[in-house]
Amino acid sequence: MPVVQVKNLSKIFGKNSKKATRLLDEGLSKDEILKKTGNTVGVNRASFDVEEGEIFVIMGLSGSGKSTLVRLVNRLIEPTEGSVLIDGKDLATMDSKSLREVRREKLSMVFQRFGLFPHRTVLENAEFGLEVQGMDKEERKKKAQKSLELVGLGDYVNQYPGQLSGGMQQRVGLARALANDPEVLLMDEAFSALDPLIRKEMQDELLELQESMKKTILFITHDLDEALRIGDRIALMKDGRIVQIGTPEEILVNPANDYVEKFVQDVDRSKVLTAENIMKRPETVDIEKHGPRTALERMRKEGLSSIYVTDAKRRLYGYVTADDVSEATKEEVKDLKDILRTEVPKVDKTTSMHEIFNIIHDTAVPIAVMEDEKLVGIIVRGAVIAALAGNEVNINGIDS
Amino acid sequence: MELIPKLPVAEWISDATDWLTDTFEFLFDFVKNDFGDFIEFFAESLLMQIPIWLFIAVVAVLAFFVSKKRIGLPVFVIFGLWFIQNQELWEELMNTFTLVIFASLISVIIGVPFGIWMAKNKVVETLLTPVLDFMQTMPAFVYLIPAVAFFSIGMVPGVFASVIFATPPTVRFTNLGIRQVSHELIEASDAFGTTGAQKLFKVQLPMAKKTIMAGINQTVMLALSMVVIASMIGAKGLGQTVITGLQRADVGTGFVAGLGIVILAIIIDRFTQNLNTQRGDQS
Repeated sequence: MPVVQVKNLSKIFGKNSKKATRLLDEGLSKDEILKKTGNTVGVNRASFDVEEGEIFVIMGLSGSGKSTLVRLVNRLIEPTEGSVLIDGKDLATMDSKSLREVRREKLSMVFQRFGLFPHRTVLENAEFGLEVQGMDKEERKKKAQKSLELVGLGDYVNQYPGQLSGGMQQRVGLARALANDPEVLLMDEAFSALDPLIRKEMQDELLELQESMKKTILFITHDLDEALRIGDRIALMKDGRIVQIGTPEEILVNPANDYVEKFVQDVDRSKVLTAENIMKRPETVDIEKHGPRTALERMRKEGLSSIYVTDAKRRLYGYVTADDVSEATKEEVKDLKDILRTEVPKVDKTTSMHEIFNIIHDTAVPIAVMEDEKLVGIIVRGAVIAALAGNEVNINGIDS
Repeated sequence: MELIPKLPVAEWISDATDWLTDTFEFLFDFVKNDFGDFIEFFAESLLMQIPIWLFIAVVAVLAFFVSKKRIGLPVFVIFGLWFIQNQELWEELMNTFTLVIFASLISVIIGVPFGIWMAKNKVVETLLTPVLDFMQTMPAFVYLIPAVAFFSIGMVPGVFASVIFATPPTVRFTNLGIRQVSHELIEASDAFGTTGAQKLFKVQLPMAKKTIMAGINQTVMLALSMVVIASMIGAKGLGQTVITGLQRADVGTGFVAGLGIVILAIIIDRFTQNLNTQRGDQS
């Protein structure tokens, strides 16, 4: 069962939200409703599930309702309609006492501008959630200390937040959230206030922490590169509505509509696309069955200057070039093994395009794409360039 | 204009005051007698029994530590208090100090909770704001009249009038301080599941401390400014000496007593300001 289930969640700001809700049902847009009723639609019937242990990114530009949405999930903002189920219990209709308990035990939040208490030391900040729960002093100190060590701030416990840099402050924010050992971590533009280098460092660290923690994380961001980098799945929002939910690849390769397509067209695809996305079906010859003559024929037919040699189980042996093969036919060489070249540029199918650049630069033959020692595809120069330009991406290469 | 006769507002107020005086006589009498005795005990049997040199020394040492081990304030304390003693105004100073201390304490005890209530409740804020304006703009002399009606003359009505005049800044600044706490910190507090009381004591009040202390400083200064006015209804102290100077057209006496008030004001002001520091502040 998903840890977080959001169903038809809406938020309409302003008085008399009933009328606006009705207009929403009639399918009017955010602007039309603002004109007619004076109400602002924050979130428009959002539904999604977050599975245990995944990083679910909600991504949108400012005003898209993403920050409102995350605040509806822990009910810092009262929802107008819909439900938020955490472990199957609906937060939206809960009394304030149960809500407090859920916030204390199951949800923690990291804020864009850190939300640290300036009058408390780093340790006291990290202790806050535990202190609120009424945990005794020694125990909470120990847990907070451990949590701070996890984010690399074990030596800064007695400093005040004002004495730390932005990146360090956000580590404190993260440590404070983790000290509670929550089931779900809500991160509201957690890295957006940091400068680009620190942001990337924090993203890496979060991913590294996630390897061992396996928390369920709901991550809000306006930065598509960030979303693609850390998200297991991404929900794209526009005007309070979720326009597409999918893995980074699905969103890049298969945009649900013009908006998403426009949005993703400037993305640095090299960071997201993998060998699998741009490879072609390989032309091969069988080392046991075929001789130089067959190889030459195939190359001629396909217009190739080289061809990969495998066995029946698609295990890769190497390649032969057109020159070598035509020479071999003249000299009556019968076996491909005699002219086989084995220095093959190989990549795994999960290799990112970024790395493929370097390899393709140095090689004259297409790159072999491997999976479990088997040849599953080849990559030619043209495919790399086409993928970067954002077209002709071969989605057939995806196994699903 | 002629259609409506003069409204008997003055009579209504007088009647209401009379009714209050009669109805709560037991309470007023209790405050007048027991609280009055306590104030007198505090001033005469405590403060005035301390040897003057010891008093000055203790205040000077406190000043040294309060002003973060700088020398200016302690020097001022020693010379200022010595001067007052030299002018044979020590008893008056102790009485004035007592009046200010009690008026300020009561103002803070009343003011801070009202400030909190105002910050937490929009309706209360809307209702209290004009009341506070009224309390501060009404000429302070006016408070002397019901004060005398309730508590006759002496220190107690002086404290009463001072409290009414001096409370508003504490209420206002407490309200302001709590409302100024950034939205994100309130969200952070809520997100970790704080109760209302936890949020107040762990986040809002500590964060608002500086502003609240500034309000308290204002309250103390206003209480001091009531010293002369309160002496018109028999509150003992430096104010009384000023009034005597006025009545006898004796500029010198009035000026020296006035100087005593200024010295006391400066000392109290520097003490409260220096005590106003916040943890985690970047200097």
